This record gives sequence, C-alpha cells and structure tokens, in this order.
Amino acid sequence: MIKGNFIDNLPKVYGIYTGGFLAFIIIMSIAEQMGMTAKTIGICFVAFTVAIYAIIGYLSRTAQADAYYVAGRQVPTVFNGMATAADWMSGASFVAMAGGIYFKGYGYMALLVGWTGGYVLVASLLAPYLRKFGCYTVPDFIGTRYGGNLSRFMAVVVLTVASFTYVTAQINATGTIASVALDIPFQYAVYVGLVSILLCSMLGGMRGVTWTQVAQYIVLIIAYLLPVFWISNKMGAGFFPHFMLADEVSRIAELEAQFGFVKNSAENLKEVPKGLAGITKAHSAVNATPWAFISLALAMMMGTASLPHVMMRYFTTPSVKAARKSVGWSLFFIFLLYSSAPMLATLSKLSLIDPSLPTGIIGKSIAEVQAIDWYQNWNQANLMFVSDFNGNGTLELNEFFMGGKAVVLATPEIAGLPYVISGLVAAGGMAAAMSTADGLILAIANAISHDVYYKIIDPKAETAKRLVVARVLLVVIGFAGATIAALEIQGILGSVIWAFDFAMSGLFFPLVLGVWWKRANKEGAIAGMFLGLVSGAAYLVWVRTGGSGFLGITQLTFGIFGSAVSLVAMVVVSLMTQAPNAATQRMVDEVRVPAGKSILGKQH
Amino acid sequence: MSKQEQHWEKSKGLLMMTLAIWFVFSIGIFLFGAEMNEVTGPFGYPLTYWFTCQGSLGIFVLLIFWFANRQEKIDEEFGFSERGDD
Repeated sequence: MIKGNFIDNLPKVYGIYTGGFLAFIIIMSIAEQMGMTAKTIGICFVAFTVAIYAIIGYLSRTAQADAYYVAGRQVPTVFNGMATAADWMSGASFVAMAGGIYFKGYGYMALLVGWTGGYVLVASLLAPYLRKFGCYTVPDFIGTRYGGNLSRFMAVVVLTVASFTYVTAQINATGTIASVALDIPFQYAVYVGLVSILLCSMLGGMRGVTWTQVAQYIVLIIAYLLPVFWISNKMGAGFFPHFMLADEVSRIAELEAQFGFVKNSAENLKEVPKGLAGITKAHSAVNATPWAFISLALAMMMGTASLPHVMMRYFTTPSVKAARKSVGWSLFFIFLLYSSAPMLATLSKLSLIDPSLPTGIIGKSIAEVQAIDWYQNWNQANLMFVSDFNGNGTLELNEFFMGGKAVVLATPEIAGLPYVISGLVAAGGMAAAMSTADGLILAIANAISHDVYYKIIDPKAETAKRLVVARVLLVVIGFAGATIAALEIQGILGSVIWAFDFAMSGLFFPLVLGVWWKRANKEGAIAGMFLGLVSGAAYLVWVRTGGSGFLGITQLTFGIFGSAVSLVAMVVVSLMTQAPNAATQRMVDEVRVPAGKSILGKQH
Repeated sequence: MSKQEQHWEKSKGLLMMTLAIWFVFSIGIFLFGAEMNEVTGPFGYPLTYWFTCQGSLGIFVLLIFWFANRQEKIDEEFGFSERGDD
C-alpha cells in the first residue's frame, strides 16, 4: 500500500480515513442513544484510533536507512505540515493549554504567541538550509558543519537532555488519558501508552511516524474543534466562535468586576485538593508586565527553533522550496487549534460562572451544585471541588475550584453535550500526546544510533545492523521515559517549558550561526553548546533551590540566560581560534543556495 | 560581486525584513500591551487580547508564506532554484 503511487494517492487515502472516522463518531453516538455506557464508548474511541495508528505503523515498515531516518524525503508540503502540527501539539497543548488560559489569562497567552512565532525563525533562519544540507539528524548538521566527534557528541547531549525532559511529560499524558479511558491504574496505563507509541515508530521509523502523525492530526483537530463549535452554538454565543465571542469576553469582565477575584485564606486553601485553583486573574485584561510576557514568548520562540523533533520533520520534504512552504502549512494547522483554545476557555468560564445561564453554578446553593451529575464525576476525578467557606449555603466564586485539565475534558459534559464527545476528546488527547512522544523518542534514538553509534563508534556498520541498533534504542529510551513518567515528578506543562529552555540554551546559536556566520568554528560551537547548557541548567537549579534570579528571568525562562552565555562563548572562542578551513567555508556557501546536490549524500 | 554573493545579499535583506515584522508582532506590540488593550480591536475584542488570541498568530502564518514566496523569487532571479517541482 505504501509504495510509489501511495504518495500520489495521499489526498484520497486520508480523505477516506477522515470520512471513516466521522462515520465512527456517528456510529458511536447512535450506540449511545441505544444505551451503550459511557465507559464502553471511551474504550472504543481509544482502542479504535490506536489500532488504526498501529496498522499504519505496520504498513510503513522499512529496511532502508533513508526511509527510516527521513521518510525517503518524499513527504508533500501540506501533509508534512499536518505531521509537524501533530508532532508539535502535545498533550500539553491539547489538554492543558485552554486550562492555562482559563486560569492565568494574558500572562499565559505569551505561550500562544511564543509557540507560533517560533516558526517564523524556523522558516527564515534554519529549516531550508538544514534541508539543503541533507542531514538525517540535527547533530548530523553540527558534526559535519563544525567537524569532529566532540561537537557531534555535544549536540547529541543537548538534544537528549531537552527531548527526554519533554518526552516524559508526553508519556505521562498518554498514561493519564489511557488510565481514565480504559479505567486502569496509572502505573500500568503508562506502559499501555508506551506500547501504543512504539507500535507507530518501531517498524517504519520516520516513515511510520510521518503517516501516523497525519492520521493523528486529523483525529486531534476534529476532537478539539467539534466541541468548541458545538458548545458555542448550544450556548447561543455565535455559530463561528472565533469571530463572535466579543460579548462573552466583555460579560466575563463584567462578572469579574461584580464578584472580585478569588482570595482565600491559607486555612481555607488547606481543604482544597492539590492542583485545583480558583479564578484569580483577569480573563482579557493585561495582567502581566511587558517583560514577563515578552521574556516567556521569546524563550518559547527560540526554543521552537532549537527543538530537534520539529527540525527533523523538515528533512523529509522533497526540496528546499518545499521545506519553506511546509513550515507555513505547519503553522497554519497549529493555528487552527491554538486560536480555538482561548475561545474554549471563554466559553467554559462563562458557562460556569454566569448566574444567568442555566449551566452557571455560582450563586446556586451548595447542596444543589453537589447534586449535579457532572460535578460528582469530576469531583471524583479530583478535578473539581466546592466548599462553603463562609457558611451561607450559597456557592460564591471563591468557593469553587477546578483543575486546568477540566476545561478541555469537562466542558463538553457541563455544556450538556452527549458523552460521545467526551470519548472523542479522550481520543484526541491521546493522539496529541502519542504523536509528540513518537517524534521525540525517534529524535533521541536516531541521534544516538546515527550520530553516536554509526558516525563515532562503528562507521563501517551495515544498514541492517544500524537499523537494529536504532530500534533497540527506541525501545530502551521509551521504557526509560515511561519509568520516569510513572514516578510523576514534574507536572506536564512545567517539563514541556523546561525542554524549550534546555534546547535553546545549547542549540539555538550553534545552529543559527552555523548557517549565518561563516567564521563560526568547531571550538566556538563546542564552547557554545557546553557552556550554554551548563549555565542554563545551573540557573534552573539555583532558582529552584531558593535563588532570587536576576533580570526577571524565572525557572520558566532560564533559556534566555543559557542562550546568552552560549552566544557570547561561541563568538569569543571562535574569534580566538582559527577560522574554519576553505572546504568548510565552501560548504557553507553551498548550503545557502537551494540548487545543486545536498552536502551529505542520499545514503550516509 | 559574484552571482552567489549578490544572491546572499538579497536573501539577507529579505531575512532582515522578515525578522523586523516578526519582532513587531511577537515583541514590539506587547511593550504597550496595557495601553493597547483599551482600544477595541477586530470583531469587538480588546485589541491586545485579540493579538494574543488570533492577530499575531495569523500574521505569523501569512508572514511565512510571504517569506517563502519572496525567497523563491530571489532564487529564480539568480538561477538557483531547484529543478523539478515539489
């Protein structure tokens, strides 16, 4: 099925797939009418979609190095855009983003700006040039451009630190969703998630991941947009929420003025389960200083341009031209979800707090709220909590607490949508977390198998042996990630943001200057990667252990410090040591021109 | 100046322009977030709020496509574009 003419048939294949998925949703909703239980529907959604991904993964199996590492470099622009969007939008984007906006408003929206603006840097500074280079992995570029095993190895170290931080969060997310949908304990669900992830990537490498990611994008975008549009219409807020929620936004501001923001005494807060919060920040008003906003956005933008699992998606396009366009499509597909998250947060908040709406719970009696079905469900899942602190029997705004995930997971139920939508949302969250985890695990395993094993340890290894090593590493890294995820050390969103900071600390300037500054040399790049990563990590540890920080750089933006050190180190050391030789300079000249052969051969 | 140097000069010019627009909508406008939010923006949303939800994001999408087209033109002008289509 996946041969020659498969590429030409892509629109048809995925068209049929989308139709099939919509038909499946309809069948499920009919089954719900006929009395299928909520639990069975949840299991069907997750099992059905994961089975489809596994089939795609199996059909994409390959024994060729360039298919395994870069999907044979024949992924068309638009489809690569979808795959990148799925690769990019993680469990955090899907499950946690709308919740973050709901609770933190403007200060959090810096992530939206940062996670999209970064693609401008990807398109203009890096992707087309790395595609021309013809590398298999990001350290492949560093190792060839600067020369030497040490620079290659340093790049692998930075890549592994950043991606591994990220991937534990994603495996954690697949585990959370699998444990809710399949009703099994989290410790086991994590491994169920892991096996699903490996089914997509083991046999086909990048080729398998590409075609499953396209399939996962289709599931996740339907699962995100359908409820947003449905809720908006049901509430009478407007049939196209993105253009029509201005009244709702100003109504929330009105209610904020009326109720005031939540302030609770420490004593009362002790009763509230961990991780739940009240509405303490304005919804649409500017509630952060310019620097707090800009520094977070900047860190996320530079991090975007340094994360290897995103960059390597642009190695799979047929040409340099296609790589550039493909970045545009990626961002377009990401935009569809990101621009909807604030709308979902608005609808969710208004439907809960507006007393004049039938779904509003503020102002109702506590007993009445506690008797609502959905409240009982989500209270049991530890995502909602009410308590009558002042003893007047009525629910006030500062007596209602919710977890961030509930905005995406619970709003459909609150708005009175059928349960089939909740099953769909679970499948979407699973798709988002799986696709990102796949991209990350593959990025790490490929870097170690290609750059450390093949390029440094055993350059004479045959293709078959290389691919065995790559697959063994995939499983080992996956299990390591799952084991750490099962320990639940850091929340999903926190570790995602750290990954961006690590990546930008070590890789942003060595990558960018590799293309844009001919004078950059090996010594400079090694110093930049090493000192950038170490100083970034040291800053994080310092702030985490009670350090005060400086210039308003927090534990979420430590990459700004790390990358500044990296830049200075790289420039100073490069200038103090010898300029790169003529061959390297010529190589940089060739990278800057789209025409002609790639620097590295098709099979290397 | 060789053809290749001219091509690179033009590409750098385009990069600078792209980064300037990027800077305005990712950083510049948020220096005045509080002031701008007093103004009503498109579709009736407060202006800064609109930029964070849709405006900046949408501008980035358009900016990348614009950049890709301009760069293709530059490559063609100097005969550096790849043969075959995508």
